[in-house]
Amino acid sequence: MKYIVEYIDPELLYRLQLERLRDVALRLYQHVPYYRGAFDAIGMKPQDIKSLDDLQHLPLTDKETLRTNYPFGMFAVPMKQVKEIHASSGTTGKPTVVAYTEHDIRVWSEVMARSIYAVGGRDDDIIQNAYGYGLFTGGLGVHYGSLDLGATVVPISSGGSKRQLQLMQDFQTTILTCTPSYAIYLAEIAESEGIDPRKSSLRIGIHGAEPWSEEMRRQIEEKWDIKAYDIYGLSEIIGPGVAVECVGQDGLHIWADHFLPEVLDPKTGKPVPEGQDGMLVITTLTKEATPFLRYATKDIVSMTTGKCPHCGRTMPRISRIKGRTDDMLIIRGINVFPSQIESVLLSMEETEPHYQLVVTREGALDSLEVQVEVNEKFFSDEIRALEALTKRIKEEIESVLSISVNVKLVEPKTLARSEGKAKRVIDLRNI
Amino acid sequence: MQVRQISVFMENRAGRLMEITGILAQAGINLRALSLADTSDFGILRIIVDKPDKAVDILRRSGFTIRENVVIAAVIEDRPGGLYQILKVLADAGISIEYMYGFLGKHEHEAVMIIRVEEMERAIEVLLEANVTLLKGEQIYTM
Repeated sequence: MKYIVEYIDPELLYRLQLERLRDVALRLYQHVPYYRGAFDAIGMKPQDIKSLDDLQHLPLTDKETLRTNYPFGMFAVPMKQVKEIHASSGTTGKPTVVAYTEHDIRVWSEVMARSIYAVGGRDDDIIQNAYGYGLFTGGLGVHYGSLDLGATVVPISSGGSKRQLQLMQDFQTTILTCTPSYAIYLAEIAESEGIDPRKSSLRIGIHGAEPWSEEMRRQIEEKWDIKAYDIYGLSEIIGPGVAVECVGQDGLHIWADHFLPEVLDPKTGKPVPEGQDGMLVITTLTKEATPFLRYATKDIVSMTTGKCPHCGRTMPRISRIKGRTDDMLIIRGINVFPSQIESVLLSMEETEPHYQLVVTREGALDSLEVQVEVNEKFFSDEIRALEALTKRIKEEIESVLSISVNVKLVEPKTLARSEGKAKRVIDLRNI
Repeated sequence: MQVRQISVFMENRAGRLMEITGILAQAGINLRALSLADTSDFGILRIIVDKPDKAVDILRRSGFTIRENVVIAAVIEDRPGGLYQILKVLADAGISIEYMYGFLGKHEHEAVMIIRVEEMERAIEVLLEANVTLLKGEQIYTM
């Protein structure tokens, strides 16, 4: 499962990428009106792409592009060839839809298998896959990769912590795949159940789908006595397996023979020098059903090229995700937008949209506090009336976000006001 | 027979009550009665003051969320069973109390209970019928 391409000569990689870029650009020009329009608008033809730099003439594609073309407008193949469709939850608008041909699922399986292999997973491993199965790409992506690697996969999906621990003991699981916060949470549950997680059969954790820190890695490794690795992916590009750390735990190798990375200054849109922070933009080089040119991930990373001093791979490395270009928060693996909370508050007559979100990490779990200013319209001098209102706000927000929140009533004018965009989010997680 | 009470929304943080009393002190407002109801996150300060209009104005201008309510001030005998007596009157009339707090009166053997109920008019009626002394606002403000 060690792919020779992971160690490819940079010159050859460049030629492979260029050839694939020209191919995907041509397919998009022929089959996706949006991209044909993008090329025509600048008077360019796919054949005019002579170097990877020529890509920079084209506009970025983002979530909005997908929403505008909902549901199937970005498909580059007839439906008959589409074998699988995934979609985001669509809580901030229409869902973003991505599709896979049989070939795409093979590519996904391959990059995921390469990812598991890169962190030391082998075909005799038993992989407990605690990412959610369903429209979310995490579960199935890991599943396909485990099969492709030849390992044994336990498709337990997310949740059911005691059952997770029971099966882990019974099956002698060796690799756990889940969000980093869940890995810690599971260890805490184990301890409270009188199980010593350090004595478990686990040897590797593969964690992604939410931002995490070195500190958290140390906690996971310490609690479980394993090696914990960061993995990166997003459904628009393919799902998990876009990039993964190697045993060096020093940046994530992005599988650049399939996913062409650029790191741009979010303000100017120009590439930033190697090692500097910018927005990660990815072009899918091999996907058939929903290929994207220059997809703006909104994730802030820095990139390093050259042979990896730890594993010898020549695939470029991206840093951990250092933040987001927009105000999207990822809390316990769930995307949260302040605008969602705002609309809940606005829909409730008693409240005004003066609110602030405070994100903290208590132990392993992210916690979101929604601070709402009390105004005279809903101030009652009865505690139970205010508590009932607090409870109602909490329930309404939770039903929209699908995560639990704390609602705290605060005095008016205590939340920062600003002339322009209000600072709605205080993220104290120190990731 | 109705007394004006001002409620102030307060976050539970150190020094907040001190700040409010400081604002009132600077405006020369004297507190007649006070109660503090709190939860872990916030509290509600309920006060009766000698100059309600001025207090409302100054607190609003200082940015506090306030609410004015009327309450009943009932004089009870300062002896075992004194409170029981008026609570029984209200209970017999099927009136439930939202909140109450008390302080000792000016005269010996006398205390004052501040009571908030939903049915203010009826509560006043039954209490007067039972010969309970109710104080007028002015009486408390100048007490």
